[in-house]
Amino acid sequence: MTNLLLLAAADGAPQRLLSIGPVDILIIVVYFLVVLAIGFYLRKFATTGEDFFLAGRKMTAWIAGLSFISANLSSLETMGWSAMAYQYGMLGAHAYLIGAIPAILFLAVVMMPFYYICRTHSVPGYLKLRYGEGARSLAGVSFAFMTVLVSGASMFAMAKILNLLLGWNMSMSIWVASLTVAVYVFLAGLVSAVFNEVLQFFLIWFGSLLIPILGLIHAGGWNRMMDTIKENVKVIHPTVPNADFSHLWSSLGSFDTNPMGIDWFGMVFGLGLAVSFGYWCTDFLQVQRVIVARNLRAAQNGTIIGAVLKMCVPLIVTIPGLLGLAVLANPDGSPMVLVPESDPRAMITHRTFNDVLPLLMGQYLGPGLLGLGVTAMIAGFMSGMAGNVSAFATVWTYDVYRPLLNRTASDRHYLAMGRWCSILGVLLSIGTAYALFFFSNILEFLQVLVFFFIVPLFGVVILGMLWKRATPAGGFWGFLAAILVSMGMWGFVHWFPDGHRPEPKVLLKIKEVETSGGETQKMLPVVALEKETDEAGREKITKVTVESGLVETTNAPIQPYAMVQPAEFTVSAGGAELLPSIPGKEKPLLVKVLAPEVSLAGTEEKGKFGVEGVPVVLKPGVEVKAADITQRFNPAEFNPEHTKYVARSEKAKPMAVNMYSAFWTLLVSLGVAAGVSLFTRPKPNEELKNLVFGLTPLPDEGPCPWHQRPGLWAAIVAVVLVAINIIFW
Amino acid sequence: MESERQIPIWFFIGGLLGFYGLLILGTGVYGLFDPPNVALAYLHADIWWSLLMIALGAFYCIRFHPFRQRR
Repeated sequence: MTNLLLLAAADGAPQRLLSIGPVDILIIVVYFLVVLAIGFYLRKFATTGEDFFLAGRKMTAWIAGLSFISANLSSLETMGWSAMAYQYGMLGAHAYLIGAIPAILFLAVVMMPFYYICRTHSVPGYLKLRYGEGARSLAGVSFAFMTVLVSGASMFAMAKILNLLLGWNMSMSIWVASLTVAVYVFLAGLVSAVFNEVLQFFLIWFGSLLIPILGLIHAGGWNRMMDTIKENVKVIHPTVPNADFSHLWSSLGSFDTNPMGIDWFGMVFGLGLAVSFGYWCTDFLQVQRVIVARNLRAAQNGTIIGAVLKMCVPLIVTIPGLLGLAVLANPDGSPMVLVPESDPRAMITHRTFNDVLPLLMGQYLGPGLLGLGVTAMIAGFMSGMAGNVSAFATVWTYDVYRPLLNRTASDRHYLAMGRWCSILGVLLSIGTAYALFFFSNILEFLQVLVFFFIVPLFGVVILGMLWKRATPAGGFWGFLAAILVSMGMWGFVHWFPDGHRPEPKVLLKIKEVETSGGETQKMLPVVALEKETDEAGREKITKVTVESGLVETTNAPIQPYAMVQPAEFTVSAGGAELLPSIPGKEKPLLVKVLAPEVSLAGTEEKGKFGVEGVPVVLKPGVEVKAADITQRFNPAEFNPEHTKYVARSEKAKPMAVNMYSAFWTLLVSLGVAAGVSLFTRPKPNEELKNLVFGLTPLPDEGPCPWHQRPGLWAAIVAVVLVAINIIFW
Repeated sequence: MESERQIPIWFFIGGLLGFYGLLILGTGVYGLFDPPNVALAYLHADIWWSLLMIALGAFYCIRFHPFRQRR
């Protein structure tokens, strides 16, 4: 961003991305009324524990499949993976292909019979049957806490997004959405959660599918869009100007030729095996949707329907991300550059990667359609929370409360416990969301939390299903060791033994002062800007002079005060100057100057800008708060010296590190579980019936027409998967 | 999930899609006279998209109507 000039006149408030009208509001209100009405209507059908926790085990294959995929299709997913496609190009689509389909088919064909025949209520319930109480308790407690934390993080993200997009009050967003979820899950449990997930599926598709259709028309078709992307990435992603954004596999021969900094091995074994199988085969939020189908065949076919639908999701997720690289433009016609959330320019002079989908919504969707899109977004967040809360209620009641606290209560008692757990889960989620107001830097941590538990869980579950020699001690220690290793690797890549110094930054800050009348008044920094016009006719800032106001600096030396920091002082007579750059390890680090809102000296105008590598002069009287920061640990930054051991490359991006971490975690889970099993006593075969391969006879469900055979459809989906990968190789 | 007494989920979906379709169709017709400030407004996506929603909503409402289910 060498000297990007004023983007717009600042109005003091964050600019809203979307502006909605009365029809849009009506669409949103109707959605809330409908989900509440469904909750009240379904209450009479949730009269037993099986109804409340397992939807009565009556779901058809289609409802199971739609619910299975909707539970995963939250708004964090659609917005997040559109952002991934903007950042990583076609590689983002792997999450819907090799990163999902083989695992879903494996769940349908191989694992579902075990889950279904042992009639377990949950994945931790299977661990109890297979390994005993120790592994179940560890899985139950970790899953219960993980679900409410993730659910709270999702609520916080929703409130933040609605605030940024529409200017809505964050507390109001959290409470209205959470209480609505609490009401309908309290009333009918999994039944209403599933109803709303199926409803959400249709809303998401009708609210989102127009964007790729109109976007591709706008871009001139697929090939022209790819040609435009090739040109635009030189401007948008200058650190990887030659990386290939348009193929799935051809750029994965080395770490250098793709924007993710990963190779094919990490993609196949990290994403395709560890992350994908862990998530789809053992995350109870997902598995719960299909193990409650009305028979084994419906459970298997529902899962395969889910696989087909999953393969379609790139249409509304990956293509919008790619369109962001091709059709989003500044008023002067240049490509619009979006930045990561962690970038200091984020929300001042630049929108973030996560805004790519809302930006496209604002670009193409008029009144009514925009309301539908926003409703789909809210529905996605709410149904994600409902899924987490209903899974929390089930696991807490059946895998923590019943075995550990009250073994002999009646079904009516457990039903009441489940209902109140739903409320508790919502309240804990709200608490987590509010905690994130103060500790928003742990949001990233919460989003990777799921990897700490589900990949270790998959290792011990699959070993237990396929190897009858696996012992209770092996299952417990394999699970625990892998959780610890997973957490350890996460800490390792974010640890900086030599100290991490955040990049030098100068923030021209608004100061709030209290007037004699007791009112708070905003005082903007007053600045004078020197500019020059480049060959392309664009104005660039070459020098910033701060006449008055408050300036905060981080790791930016101030002449003549040098590095006597941290300090708070007022610039004395003679003034001071911030250098445009400081020495770095490999090259000089440019000092960023960020001004969210300033007064322009000599005029009545306000403005905002972000520049780097320009001198900043501080006039006498300017207040300075200088900070000198060196961190040993930063959850938002990766230490390349450490990532090269985990992800085999210093160039690995966060996604690549996550994939490799998951792979090593899976190896530890399998290795420790198998190793300990060899030295401990296994369960007798009689106790492993219906739990382990070779000891589980499949039930005869009667004659089955060819078009209902799970094996046939799984094979067809696998062929289509291979074909898509070849076409976009 | 879909016992005989229970109104099928598809009926709710049909009703909601149909209602939303009608609302969006209304704004689309209004947009013929006062076009919205969005890219490709001349394609009138709101009109044909809402007609698609109404058609699917009507199909679900008729096919899964509770009276029809009882018969």
